[in-house]
Amino acid sequence: MSGDPHGRPEPEAPLRVADHPFFIGLDPQLTREASRLAKERRFDTGEMLVRDGDPAHWFYLVFHGKVALEVATAEKPHLTIQTVGPGEVLGWSWLVPPYLWRFDARALKPTQVLAIDGTEFRQTLANHPEQGYRFLVRLLPILAQRLENTQIQLLDIHGL
Amino acid sequence: MASDVPSPSPAPSSHPLAPAPYFVRRQTAETGDTNTLVLAPMDGGPVPPALPGQFNMLYVFGVGEAAISLSGDPTDSTQVVHTVRNAGRITAALAQLPPGKAVGVRGPYGRGWPVDAAAGRDVVLMAGGLGLPPLRPVLYHFLSHRAQYGRIEVVYGARTPKDLVYYDQIQEWRQRSDLRFQVTVDAADRSWYGDVGLVTARIPDVRFEPGNTIAFLCGPEIMMKYAARDLEARGIPRSSIWISMERNMKCAVGICGHCQFGPEFVCRDGPVFRYDVVRDWLAAREI
Repeated sequence: MSGDPHGRPEPEAPLRVADHPFFIGLDPQLTREASRLAKERRFDTGEMLVRDGDPAHWFYLVFHGKVALEVATAEKPHLTIQTVGPGEVLGWSWLVPPYLWRFDARALKPTQVLAIDGTEFRQTLANHPEQGYRFLVRLLPILAQRLENTQIQLLDIHGL
Repeated sequence: MASDVPSPSPAPSSHPLAPAPYFVRRQTAETGDTNTLVLAPMDGGPVPPALPGQFNMLYVFGVGEAAISLSGDPTDSTQVVHTVRNAGRITAALAQLPPGKAVGVRGPYGRGWPVDAAAGRDVVLMAGGLGLPPLRPVLYHFLSHRAQYGRIEVVYGARTPKDLVYYDQIQEWRQRSDLRFQVTVDAADRSWYGDVGLVTARIPDVRFEPGNTIAFLCGPEIMMKYAARDLEARGIPRSSIWISMERNMKCAVGICGHCQFGPEFVCRDGPVFRYDVVRDWLAAREI
């Protein structure tokens, strides 16, 4: 129950970069910098987070909800190829030229994220190479796992 | 084989290769190419007792015989349930059998899931595609003896939402508080609000106590290989991971050798194997 004498709901605790699994254990200075560049955002069900081809200025730390990553094919204009949920990171296009989104991302349920300015954060990583290296070492296993998942998907295991 | 492997039940027929006459009681479409058949003995008697994970040989008269896993409640002595994908001549014939039509049944055969070894432990069931039907009897067993087991986690993956079997029953299971049932598909359109991604990608989200967990896997071999690797990485020993193998079985009693897998016969020594027993053979090519 709320402790507010007027019965108003207590404000929810703000999301913190340091609480997101991706940043836990990373260099505190890098976490502070990401926090400085972070904005809390909420998306309603069906709302688009990113659109294929748009500039990838941001990346998202998902705290609540679920996001569908969609690609378009001639036969299927909205094919969901992955869902991203709490504790996961949405988007690496801000790290890879030409810094454009390569998929659509749509909220499947009310979703809360911290959006981090990837353009500025990229500059931070470049200015602090040692921390940048640690960041990439943290990132690489995630990308490797996604690559392996994609390879298995390509095998169409259920059709073997 | 390990000593905690359940022994196979004796085949019920007077001759191990003689099918008993059954009739189709009901046939239900699960997906576009997969049906569930409910079969009952022609003589009205009870069906032979079976262990979760065992299989029957189903004989379509005049067409041929196929090994199909039991997928119903193992405590139901009035009928057997088989979920069959239409993937060849015999299974296509099975899919066309109307209620009342005769089918030959012999079995049950093989070694089932080691449910006794799971007592007192957390349980992880992972199914890919048509790997759920052979695991369904063990889930029935766990739920009917719920107090004997710790946490029960089920992860089920299919190619698309249209390929999910037992859809309505899964909705019921997902409502239970004593069971966590995750569903994921490899790809979906916008009508699907569930998870999308490989079944193995759900493993980081599966909850269990690594030193006191047993895992049962059933699905495409490549899925079981990656799932076993990832479960092992999360602390479940190889000796606590069990998989169900599928091979072309003919005699089902370890005579003909059609289902030989390394030194094992899948029909007699399996289809359920402890992962460390068959792991090296899974890595071998053209076995």
